[in-house]
Amino acid sequence: MSVVLLFVAALLVLALLPIGFGRAARVSTALYLAATAISLFLFGFALSHLVSGGAPLTLKLPIGLPFVGANFRLDALSAFFLAVVNLGGTAASLYGIGYGRHEKSPERVLPFYPAFLAAMNLVVLADDAFTFLLSWEFMSLASWALVMAHHKERGNARAGYIYLVMAGFGTFCLLLGFGLLAGPDGGYTFEAMRAGHATPLIEALILALVLVGAGSKAGLVPLHVWLPLAHPAAPSHVSALMSGVMTKVAVYGFVRIVFDLLNGGSWWSGLVVLVLGGVTAALGVLYALMQHDLKRLLAYHTVENIGIIFIGLGLALAFQANGMAAGAALALTAALFHVFNHSLFKSLLFFGAGAVLTATGERDMEHLGGLIHKMPLTSFAFLVGCVAISALPPLNGFVSEWLTFQAILISPVLPQWALKLTIPAVGALLALSAALAAACFVKAFGITFLGRARSKAAEAATEVDRFSLTAMFALSALCLLAGILPGFVIDGLAPAIQGLVGAHMPPQAGERWLSIVPIAESRSSYDGLLVFIFIALSAFIAATAVHRLASHALRRSDPWDCGFPNADPATQYTAGSFAQPIRRVFGTLVFRAREHVEMPPPGSLEPARFETTLRDLVWDGIYAPIAGGINYAADHINWMQFLTVRRYLTLVFVSLVALLLVLAL
Amino acid sequence: MSTILDLLVQGAQMALVLLLAPFLTGLVRKVKARLLRRRGPPVLQPYRDLIRLFRKEVVLAHNASWLFRVAPYLIFAATWVAVALVPTFATGLTFSWSADLIAITALIGGARFFLALAGMDVGTSFGGIGASREVMIASLAEPAMIMITFTVALIAGSTQLSSIAQFMLSPEAGLSVSLGLALVALIIVSLAENARVPVDNPATHLELTMVHEAMVLEYSGRHLAMVELAASLKLLLYVSLIACIFAPWGLAAPGAGPIALAVGAFSYLVKLTIGAGLLGLFETAIAKMRVFRVPEFLGGAFMLGLLATLLLFVLRSH
Repeated sequence: MSVVLLFVAALLVLALLPIGFGRAARVSTALYLAATAISLFLFGFALSHLVSGGAPLTLKLPIGLPFVGANFRLDALSAFFLAVVNLGGTAASLYGIGYGRHEKSPERVLPFYPAFLAAMNLVVLADDAFTFLLSWEFMSLASWALVMAHHKERGNARAGYIYLVMAGFGTFCLLLGFGLLAGPDGGYTFEAMRAGHATPLIEALILALVLVGAGSKAGLVPLHVWLPLAHPAAPSHVSALMSGVMTKVAVYGFVRIVFDLLNGGSWWSGLVVLVLGGVTAALGVLYALMQHDLKRLLAYHTVENIGIIFIGLGLALAFQANGMAAGAALALTAALFHVFNHSLFKSLLFFGAGAVLTATGERDMEHLGGLIHKMPLTSFAFLVGCVAISALPPLNGFVSEWLTFQAILISPVLPQWALKLTIPAVGALLALSAALAAACFVKAFGITFLGRARSKAAEAATEVDRFSLTAMFALSALCLLAGILPGFVIDGLAPAIQGLVGAHMPPQAGERWLSIVPIAESRSSYDGLLVFIFIALSAFIAATAVHRLASHALRRSDPWDCGFPNADPATQYTAGSFAQPIRRVFGTLVFRAREHVEMPPPGSLEPARFETTLRDLVWDGIYAPIAGGINYAADHINWMQFLTVRRYLTLVFVSLVALLLVLAL
Repeated sequence: MSTILDLLVQGAQMALVLLLAPFLTGLVRKVKARLLRRRGPPVLQPYRDLIRLFRKEVVLAHNASWLFRVAPYLIFAATWVAVALVPTFATGLTFSWSADLIAITALIGGARFFLALAGMDVGTSFGGIGASREVMIASLAEPAMIMITFTVALIAGSTQLSSIAQFMLSPEAGLSVSLGLALVALIIVSLAENARVPVDNPATHLELTMVHEAMVLEYSGRHLAMVELAASLKLLLYVSLIACIFAPWGLAAPGAGPIALAVGAFSYLVKLTIGAGLLGLFETAIAKMRVFRVPEFLGGAFMLGLLATLLLFVLRSH
């Protein structure tokens, strides 16, 4: 355990090094190299701990709260999340070696980057409320500093501000939640909290506070508003960490508190989480479809995936509350598998977006296009990420969604009527979001990488450096491996699941042909390896046969386009026009999408105009009134700023008396 | 020895679907032509078209990328694997357990993913319009398909098609409202997925409502042949799927002898013929709908699927 903390401390030391000479290019390379090595070691350590199934490691440092100290513990759940954090950290640091060279203000990124990594490590290792909250807040602040790295770019300052407000509010809720968990005796270690018993009312309060606290960090609707602003604002490898890894740390916080410290809950807590997850998944992907900014699209997509994870968590809670440990294990495995998967492909996709940004200086898809010719390797890796996140076999995204579907299919046994009526609807939302995700990534890949270049910058793009490519291809390979060998991931998750719900999925390693069988073979099974081999083999046979037996003549010519070829790239479909049918079908209701066409009369030389307006109902309905209320209150108590000393003293006296009265009562 | 036999049966299934797919397409065309009092092209015309396309050179746009050239083979492979996993004449084939109905749906989704991307590769407006509409239709057809899968899986207690077919053959299976709703929904989804009337018209080019044909507009020669073959396979898949779930009569049980297999093959041919007849009849009787009416049509299928699932959730008391 101490060795883990030593390495985390090394990350913190690393954060101090670039101060003073952060502008030197060599410092950047050395720092990212060191961060890669440290993360890789921590990943290896966490993985070996998880696989060996060793007893939890603990360590108590004499710092922090008096009589409590700083407690750290590495159990199976922590080990899994530690592995996820550091796998993402390794990839991002490796990518950073190349990407960091293009950084215009490295002194604003380098000190905070290792600090951010260290903070995420500390959150998953913390074993008492104080250490947890301190690390959590440290993580928020470090990432906030990274979001503000390019503070002069338009919109970034606002993004940072909203992030800071939301993060502060989230931590505040977690603080209250831990206060309730600790109870009147103040047992602030997690061990004491596990032993405590909460009344149903307190339990409901804790669940609500944790949902707000961890949910705002993870991006649950309606607490997601900061995420699509802040994630894209940071440098791309940090965006990858924030979207791929930090949201997972938030999921860890939720799982740790609700499943471990609170020990499950009542069935209605499952219901609440399920509904939130379903709404988040569907809304997240619809938001994503409406975006033309590549990084913002990816950030909104994180919201969708968090929804999918929470659907799994909600199902697990519902099963656990009804004493169905096997069902809970299946649902929780699906959720944690998706945590792992999402950390892989979302990091990969953000790396790809970063590569595009480096090569063209553009994030707006309407100015991109045709990059598959200029950046063939990046586009291939990005394509793998797109297929994986669209939940298409044989890659990894499909496996976790398939497991979630299987968990839904065994849920009619749940006795509560509310669950019976809700779960099919949530299943429908999940199916809808999976299909829309594929549409979204056809758009993202098709507009960005295919077609013809829509700007000079896209025309002049070149392939990115080796380090970035290595990081992207490593993640692509992992996406494929996790997709075709899912049994190993499920078995690796088993100790963590066992510790949380008291059961785990049947071991998968012994199944024939490395298939996965969640319950029984007559019920359902899936073999990613065979599907992959079949597809590869059929494509190979088809290609060989066609090239042997049929003509292999090929002639290059102008595009056919039904006889109307137009050389101007502006005649291509744009991101906006691609999403138009879906905007009409879903957006009219969800975003109050309106289209306004201004057609000049015949003969007039004025240009025709087409305008679409989208409204974010979550922002309009929740945040705008709150902000308005705060402004109103601030305006009306403003006079208190200009009182005389005498009046201030009176005010202090009155409030003191009032507080004493409250205490006395 | 039995392993080799199993592999042979599995191989026979893969070859059978590949050989039968153009036949089914030709049969539907013939039925439609006869209903319109035309003589129509011979049933074997799709085979001739394919052979002719295979012999022709490929004319490729200057800016077509590697994806454009790889996509036809990927689309074909994904569709072929998906069809091979649907029981046609026998259940319990050697590899039938390697993917269930959800995976088959996702495989078809994968083929569509690459088809839509290929449509956008050359950067023409027709390719874009086709891809854009295709994903809109898919975004409703796929969830509807998942809801149908839920319904069938909850009734049969399995998402494996072999188990489902065996359950439907067993005396436990009976008529149920959910099953009826699922059948209607599946027919709607099949029409949409295969770009049939009333969602799309497979017989036209250069019509502003077109979807599938717009995406493959830039393809020629062997590439076009692969895409066309994949489209025929997909039609065969949906007909086989409906037959396997809702009319599993005649399917040979696992490990059955040659006679049972022959019966299975014969009944499969009969089912295909009936399916082609019904599809031709339906397409002739109905008009193509505007593209923005399609979401309502498919939304109906989605709601039917959801309703069917909900009914099963509610009725399951234990």
